[in-house]
Amino acid sequence: MSAQGLPVTPSQTVGPYLAIGLPWEDGPFVVPEGTPGAFAISGVVTDGDGAPVPDALIETWQADPDGRFAHPDDPRGPAAPAVPGFRGFGRCPTDGQGRYRIVTVRPGPLPDPGGGTEAPHLDVSVFARGLLNRVVTRIYFPDEEAANAADPVLAAVEPGRRDTLVAVAEPGGFRFDIRLRGDRETVFFDV
Amino acid sequence: MTADLRPPAGGRLILPGYQRPAGVHPPLDSPEYRSSRQRAPLRPLVPLPHALTEVTGPLLGSERVTPADSDLTTRHAGEPLGERIIVTGRVLDSGGRPVPDTLVEIWQANAAGRYRHQVDDHPAPLDPNFDGAGRCLTDSLGRFRFVTIKPGAYPWRNHLNAWRPAHIHFSLFGRAFTQRLVTQMYFPGDPLFRYDPIFNSIPDAKARQRLIATFDMDLTEPEWALGYSWDIVLRGREATVFENAGEGR
Ligand SMILES: [Fe+2]
Repeated sequence: MSAQGLPVTPSQTVGPYLAIGLPWEDGPFVVPEGTPGAFAISGVVTDGDGAPVPDALIETWQADPDGRFAHPDDPRGPAAPAVPGFRGFGRCPTDGQGRYRIVTVRPGPLPDPGGGTEAPHLDVSVFARGLLNRVVTRIYFPDEEAANAADPVLAAVEPGRRDTLVAVAEPGGFRFDIRLRGDRETVFFDV
Repeated sequence: MTADLRPPAGGRLILPGYQRPAGVHPPLDSPEYRSSRQRAPLRPLVPLPHALTEVTGPLLGSERVTPADSDLTTRHAGEPLGERIIVTGRVLDSGGRPVPDTLVEIWQANAAGRYRHQVDDHPAPLDPNFDGAGRCLTDSLGRFRFVTIKPGAYPWRNHLNAWRPAHIHFSLFGRAFTQRLVTQMYFPGDPLFRYDPIFNSIPDAKARQRLIATFDMDLTEPEWALGYSWDIVLRGREATVFENAGEGR
């Protein structure tokens, strides 16, 4: 299929001016404000010098608390939404200090095609000037030790770097910093 | 778009992943592009299998797009300065299937090469009648259409006397997390291509050409606007056993 198919359009950097076109006022809200059980995931994006990245955009995508996606390509078929107004998608530009913040609920665990179970997680895309393609990471939860230990994606990551994918509990939610380069660099995936 | 992949009771999920075309995208490590030296990861990327989170994605619908959003020339009382253009094309996957109802977002400099952004200090004028952002949803055949003005080239200090070729930034979702794409559309015949490290970060010269729109006289509107066409191809799904054996949807 790939041999005779159409060639894919290459990526280019989002550049320094993404704020003109991409942020939405309600972008950080994966669930509507005031949803019971909602919490924040926030953090700082830093570069290879440890300096904050003030012109990045974070996007998140996740299952609902039952581990379902309102999407026709979820082969398990349609399910009633577990949370009213659940969008699954979050989008937040970083501020002048490199900070982002999304408001969400915890996704459920997911069956994986290998017969295992993926621990609750969010897929994350990071776009910024200096990145010629997005970089992709995942956010896992610190209080899911057993599920994280059985997660096939975490298992494929060098043990000494897995902690870069696990958020840290803090009042009101979780903290997840993203270090693009260098010291304790976040694990990024080839998706 | 997909066959019925529902697993039999107790069976495993069957999830065809998305193709992983090699050599298409620029390497993150492209030191000619100066900003990448502080920001591109140093460690190799870890392969991520395509499971449920990756083969699904946000289907952002009509609730956030109005027809007026695709015309960047009618946001203010006056007309923006510059060459009025129509930019249209199709969003397809690499299997040749149209990607319908998908959100396309664009942003760009004005005709003088200036962005409406606090960080842009290029000494070229802002245009009070031009903001530079637009969005639309593709139709049932994957088509999008914007009316805008041709953006100007602009200097950007990457190296001595660095200028970006004129371009429009494009953001696409497709139907799955794997298909997400942010890129730039260029204009044919731009003399700045050979000097631009962002354009030339794409290793394959043929792949670079795929970012250049085509001038199309048939798309022009007489006495009104010039026309450019540009098709965007997102990664397609790998073939499934069902598709091979079935009716070939
Ligand atoms: Fe630009």
